[in-house]
Amino acid sequence: MNNNFYIKSSVSIKKHKIVLDETEVFSSATDGFTAFSKEAYKNFEINYPKFFKMDNLSKLAFLGADLLLKKQGLNATDNDIALILANKSSSLDTDATYQETIADKENYFPSPAVFVYTLPNICIGEISIKHKLYAENSFFIFEDFNPKFLKEYSEFLIQSKKTTQVLWGWVEYFKKDYQATMYLISKEGKQVHSLENITKIYTQ
Amino acid sequence: MSKEVYITKTNCITPLGFDVQSNFKAVLEKKTGVSSTNTYAQFPEIYLAEILDAEIDKHFSKLTSEGTYTRLEKLAILALQPVLEGKQITNKSVLILSSTKGNIKLLQENTAIAEANLGKLAQKIANFFGFSTQPIVVSNACVSGVMALSVAKRMLQFSEYEEAFVVAADEVSEFVISGFNSFQALSNQLCKPYDKDRKGINLGEAVAAAHLTLKKETALVRIAGDASVNDANHISGPSRTGEGLFRSIKAALNEAEIPSEDIDFISSHGTATLYNDEMEAIAFGRSNLLDKPLFSLKANYGHTLGASGLLETVISIEALQQNTILPSLGYKEMGVSQPVTIYTLPKEVKTTYFLKTASGFGGCNTAMVFEKLMN
Repeated sequence: MNNNFYIKSSVSIKKHKIVLDETEVFSSATDGFTAFSKEAYKNFEINYPKFFKMDNLSKLAFLGADLLLKKQGLNATDNDIALILANKSSSLDTDATYQETIADKENYFPSPAVFVYTLPNICIGEISIKHKLYAENSFFIFEDFNPKFLKEYSEFLIQSKKTTQVLWGWVEYFKKDYQATMYLISKEGKQVHSLENITKIYTQ
Repeated sequence: MSKEVYITKTNCITPLGFDVQSNFKAVLEKKTGVSSTNTYAQFPEIYLAEILDAEIDKHFSKLTSEGTYTRLEKLAILALQPVLEGKQITNKSVLILSSTKGNIKLLQENTAIAEANLGKLAQKIANFFGFSTQPIVVSNACVSGVMALSVAKRMLQFSEYEEAFVVAADEVSEFVISGFNSFQALSNQLCKPYDKDRKGINLGEAVAAAHLTLKKETALVRIAGDASVNDANHISGPSRTGEGLFRSIKAALNEAEIPSEDIDFISSHGTATLYNDEMEAIAFGRSNLLDKPLFSLKANYGHTLGASGLLETVISIEALQQNTILPSLGYKEMGVSQPVTIYTLPKEVKTTYFLKTASGFGGCNTAMVFEKLMN
């Protein structure tokens, strides 16, 4: 039995630069992630108005996943690609935004549109809806980037036949600092799914 | 062949008690921890299930008087303590935390936002007990508690870890109350899962803990199958076809290698919102499980978010041991389109397998199958 796993395709979004399969495909000198993500959205002709309702963590994860998955020729109605995402700050950035809406008892305006994004796994829902991923999915939080756990967990999902491919991602957004490192793990590909290669993509 | 994973010990702390036995007894007696309160000025006479601060401090002071811990940290430590008792933590032991909002109350205070980090919370609990391995945090909305159990089981199957301690903890906060209220999801009376007059959820708080191992001796149950499949439908509304839950149940039963016929009871999510309960009934119907007794513990405990899945599993494991189908408090008259089987009084039957399910925001669902061991 072939026990090798490969990185089929990878994407990195940080410092206003997007690298897809080790090639820079977009960059911008604009101020702030919201403006940057809007420019990227236009550049890649994503054409999905729901994007503008998302919080920044979801926009980040959604953008990365969209760039990876649109190259895969997915089925329009049903796909089995597991989503295993993780970060350090959960949804704390949006949590702080939501907290402001309830801080002043005289000016109390909690909104369901903000509240729903105070859960980190909402971005998994956003990606699943767009690409029709009826698959295994989990969101993990780590104080530090933990490639070993995420690698082993993802490979186990394929090995135990819970899924056929995994979209793996570290998606962090907190106080304007952001980073998305995402890739597709499969039984086919060129780049071996090793800790060394994962770290290379993470730090590139 | 995958390794077999077992649960040997459990615990829970809720408004109904500080251990499994007192909680189980309270559920059998149809008691509720939910009551009307005026603690939150913005939400007069709201129905909540809260644990008394004095009780927490009373128990915690017996454990230690050193260090500073938040209320939630104290609860998590108190829940884990009896589960860890007598066990030697090694570099093959791992801690897994399930929580949706963790120390979110810190945002109300003048602390740095990053103090509310879930990773920090997990590390603090790990440090208290002397874990040397990095804790894992699962934060996946309302399925977190049962998903953490599934993650723990899988870790024992694929990694070098030999035992896992899972703790699931969430508390009531103005943050969460105001959010669910803005969704108009809160009931203004005791919630009524699957009932025709159900009006929404009650929020609650709890902590639950479990010890998982590869050793069969002294085990209560074997985790026979588990799966978490997304609805790919809506971020805050349940799927109308129950697709993700249906697929999760199917995958969990496949792994367990048993037909749906062998399930003796279902410990469901049953939040008592119009759409959740209906979605579940559809998924159970599609899974040929309508004749299997099903219960929701939400009217006993409220919806305890990231704790709920593990809390309800802990109570259900006890029900499995006692060959008892639990009553669904709050239920009177069928209020879903598929005829699910619900009891209003406890019933003794011989039980071997049960199914635990949960569903939540982000379209997530988890299903797990547990098998009783005859020790």
